[in-house]
Amino acid sequence: MKLPALNNEAVRPAEMNRRDFFKSGAAVASVTLAPGVTLMAFGGEANATADADKRWGMLIDVNKCATDCNACVTACSTENGWKMDGNPETDAQWIRKIDLTHKETGREASLPMMCQHCEEPPCVDVCPTGASFKRADGIVLVDKHTCIGCRYCMMACPFKARSFVHEDVEDQAAHAPRGKGTVESCTLCVHRVDEGGVPACVESCSATGHGAMMFGDLNDPASDIALALKNYASIGLRDDLRLNPGVRYTNL
Amino acid sequence: MKRLMAFLVIVFVATGGGAFAGSLYPEIPKAVGAAHPEGSAFMRINHMKLLRHDRDETMRLGNRDTQYSLKECVACHAVMGPDALPISVKEEGHFCRSCHEYAAVKVDCFQCHNSKPDAGFTALLAQSPAASSDDIAAYLDGVTQ
Repeated sequence: MKLPALNNEAVRPAEMNRRDFFKSGAAVASVTLAPGVTLMAFGGEANATADADKRWGMLIDVNKCATDCNACVTACSTENGWKMDGNPETDAQWIRKIDLTHKETGREASLPMMCQHCEEPPCVDVCPTGASFKRADGIVLVDKHTCIGCRYCMMACPFKARSFVHEDVEDQAAHAPRGKGTVESCTLCVHRVDEGGVPACVESCSATGHGAMMFGDLNDPASDIALALKNYASIGLRDDLRLNPGVRYTNL
Repeated sequence: MKRLMAFLVIVFVATGGGAFAGSLYPEIPKAVGAAHPEGSAFMRINHMKLLRHDRDETMRLGNRDTQYSLKECVACHAVMGPDALPISVKEEGHFCRSCHEYAAVKVDCFQCHNSKPDAGFTALLAQSPAASSDDIAAYLDGVTQ
């Protein structure tokens, strides 16, 4: 079992990987936690990209989201290699468009719906194998190596954000492995985010000119998304459940 | 001494290799990139341990700069079919399959992962330098171990 990454610079020399550490011949850093209990840090996990100081999130402006536009769904499907094969009961659906009409006022709204990357994800709570997990930077993922396909997480998710792969899959994208018998959902395009990019849906939304989706670090007070959240009213879906989703909506 | 050994192995393979054509041993396709510095014997025994370790690093911690990745395995060990495109594990002659079939060990990786490299990856490999004499010596060390 690995020790969790330590953020204390005195304990974990920054930018030093295991090989450099042994090459340098530096002494093993140690912290005394309690009498007789010592935490030793061997070079640490300086390479980890999932930074606990960050929380990736998204802000969706419902007023800017066009009813007839499906660009985010198409972009996600192309990027991650899932398809709608005309079997709505069983097709994978990482992201979908929802049209809402207010019963009293008749106001119509359209919005994209996907994994909300909750701070307190119910899918993680119920997973019996630990396959459903939240990364240090707030991205909720399924580790398909340990997923047994029980689908408890699909039941637990209040947003119906997860799907089960019912059929054999071939020619997956190298960055998005997926296969029969496992559960999957929006990964917030973690392979792009780790390389400093933005999710495919956000990219396609700005390409259409709607610009309804904004992506960024909620913990960085200077980021566009944090400023927007500070200045405008927004909600997380099903706020009553106190899951604190990382995806938030304005003008809903 | 090492060089002499390497030379002897080459001579042995060049002259006696033909005798093995009908042997019971699997025919393992050559990779395109540089040889593993750890040697092939080490990789033969430990590849899954290395992959399992690094997959958790990538999946759980987001470390995409790991030393071993399945993505690179399938790219470097790609076997081209008659259409000059990489073949999948479902086709005979695939690198992983050639050995796993012989050892009767099921490969689960490709239930989720693609057994063929990305188009971009193939292009990248074409640019990668050919194996140096040191790499070849390391490879031969692995073979003779």
